[in-house]
Amino acid sequence: MIPAAFDYVRADSADHAVSLLSEHGDDAKLLAGGHSLLPLMKLRLATPSVLIDVGRLRDLSYIREDGDHVAIGALTRHHDLEHSDLLGAQAALLHHAASQVGDPQVRHRGTIGGSIAHGDPASDLPAVLLALRATLVAQGPGGTREIAVDDFFTGFLETALNPDELLTEIRVPKAPGARWSFQKFNRRAQDWAIVGVACVRNGTTGIGLVNVGSTPLRAAAAETAITSGASAADAANVADEGTDPPADLNASPEFRRHLTKVLVRRALEEAGG
Amino acid sequence: MKVSITVNGEATEHDVEPRLLLVQYLRDVVGLTGTNIGCDTSSCGACTVHLDGESVKSCTVLAVQADGASVGTIEGLAKNGELHPMQAAFQDNHGLQCGFCTPGMVMAAVSLVQEGRVTDERSVREGLEGNLCRCTGYHNIVQSVLAAAKAGAAK
Repeated sequence: MIPAAFDYVRADSADHAVSLLSEHGDDAKLLAGGHSLLPLMKLRLATPSVLIDVGRLRDLSYIREDGDHVAIGALTRHHDLEHSDLLGAQAALLHHAASQVGDPQVRHRGTIGGSIAHGDPASDLPAVLLALRATLVAQGPGGTREIAVDDFFTGFLETALNPDELLTEIRVPKAPGARWSFQKFNRRAQDWAIVGVACVRNGTTGIGLVNVGSTPLRAAAAETAITSGASAADAANVADEGTDPPADLNASPEFRRHLTKVLVRRALEEAGG
Repeated sequence: MKVSITVNGEATEHDVEPRLLLVQYLRDVVGLTGTNIGCDTSSCGACTVHLDGESVKSCTVLAVQADGASVGTIEGLAKNGELHPMQAAFQDNHGLQCGFCTPGMVMAAVSLVQEGRVTDERSVREGLEGNLCRCTGYHNIVQSVLAAAKAGAAK
């Protein structure tokens, strides 16, 4: 399969990428690792007329401590996340979940920023960032701004990023020793989750849901229930509140609701009290 | 757009359309047809090659993304007429049936061993999750990779 023709430009800095975005507007798409975008383009579900390649901006590939959080450059690959000792110590849920994305070849190319900016409700990392209450940093023509992850996913494959903004950094609160669980239910190892649950417990409880709505979702009702003292089973029983699961070859909406409750219960139990 | 890509140690330079996939560059432009196209949707792993030493699915990489990089394919593994230890292990352990997935399996396995990820059978099975064998010949594939790791296929 061959993508529709497009013009290709290579950004040599974040500033350059932003100015290219301003120049080309809605016709342009950013290309990082390409593992969400290129499959869509090969199916011609996406036909951008200009691709702005930010994949060579190595200065946006890093994982480092910064005060009370871990700062992750948007172009950091899943492979680098899963092999980062710093992330393993400070955000073990993300460290583990990155190792569950796709397969080794995909993780050698795919980036956290690309995955987040794509905003696919079936992706693993958006739900993980919801659970971790991450902050996203975007750079536009007027400078940078911070976006809370709860405000980021606005619709199916739509995010709060403006057309002329580049996601540059993901900030995850440091949480050494936090208990966590990542439940990914699928039939084959490399597949997308039919339903996934990311859960972290560190005084408060964060629960993100994969593939049960048009955006990555927070299981807010279950979080509230567990915080006010409900058992894992009772909290899990309301985990599907606010979900609107899709139907596809793998599962009906009813089955996905059922899975949501089962997996949230398992996640809460595994992550402990 | 002109791209310069080192393929199996040899410099190649061609003028390509930006939408040309790396696998097409290797097969149709350079003429190395050892890399197969299977699913063409980054699921099956038949098109796995090494990009700067790491396994990637070349059906989901643009040739322009590989500009300036070094690409390794199945054709580049054997040296001086001698099979790479991974290739030899696949032969010795009957690690293939129809052979279609084999180039991708071998390239993925070499990358896995080079990264030090092969410790036991489970590590091989998990490490090859991105490569499908429609003959379901996984048992001997896994045995081949374990044998190669033992024989020092990281070289």
